[in-house]
Amino acid sequence: MAVIDLANPTRFLTLVNRVLPWLAAATVLLFAFGLARAMNAPDDYQQGATVKIMFLHVPAAWLSMMGWGLMSVAALGTLVWRHPLADVAGKAAAPIGAAFTFICLVTGSLWGRPTWGTYWVWDARLTSVLVLFLLYLGVLALYWTAEDPGRGSRAAAVLTLVGAVNIPIIKFSVDWWNTLHQPASLIRMGGSAVDPTILWPLLIMAGAFTLLFFTLHLAAMRNEILRRRVRGMRIIQAQEVRA
Amino acid sequence: MNLGPHADFIIAAYAVTVFVVAALVAWVILDYSTQRRILGDLEVRGVTRRSQRKDDR
Repeated sequence: MAVIDLANPTRFLTLVNRVLPWLAAATVLLFAFGLARAMNAPDDYQQGATVKIMFLHVPAAWLSMMGWGLMSVAALGTLVWRHPLADVAGKAAAPIGAAFTFICLVTGSLWGRPTWGTYWVWDARLTSVLVLFLLYLGVLALYWTAEDPGRGSRAAAVLTLVGAVNIPIIKFSVDWWNTLHQPASLIRMGGSAVDPTILWPLLIMAGAFTLLFFTLHLAAMRNEILRRRVRGMRIIQAQEVRA
Repeated sequence: MNLGPHADFIIAAYAVTVFVVAALVAWVILDYSTQRRILGDLEVRGVTRRSQRKDDR
């Protein structure tokens, strides 16, 4: 099967039905392995056991940005090529990305209280992630409240592309401004600053969360394709009743 | 496993994450069964998609 064939929703559904159980099983296994490693990871010399919050917070932060990146590519597909599967991908990713951004904000806040002495500060990193969460809610509002789904999708795609400006702002906010948030410690010049005993569980948990994102995204895309079929069939039913 | 003096914060962070992930999983599973049920009902009533009609011709 050529990659272009997957752009057909029926073929895409066939592939999803085949792949989803394996992806879900791999997600559960990687989570079991990652959580076992995370729970046995040593305490941080400064933060103590609160470093265990990092195994949730960092993957959630990564997925909040990856989700918006995925939606931005889908928005291009919606606006430029007007492909329905691109719109399906964007709409399905929005609630999942919003949920992971929420996890990122809450776990960050719960980590901040014992580490910084406060749940929240209006610094550049925290504020830009809050803006990302509000953008997710804005996109969801456009998808869920538009009377004409096509117009709602195009408006959501435009907002997604405008909001993509926020992603590099989040990434580089700790370099561009003085923030309470620590600077980049994983992906940086000179290699990771995290000790391998903590780094490896973190990378495994990040992999597990990423697999979870794609499992949920494929399942949500399948649901959205079925929802559109239901809508189409109801329109046909209404036309037949009228005729 | 000793979670130290800030155990409440660690447990709360894991509890919130488990709750949100469980809600996401429940949402996709329930939504799937709902859409499948509605599609089944429509097909029982004889409503078919346009693409199926083309195939029938």
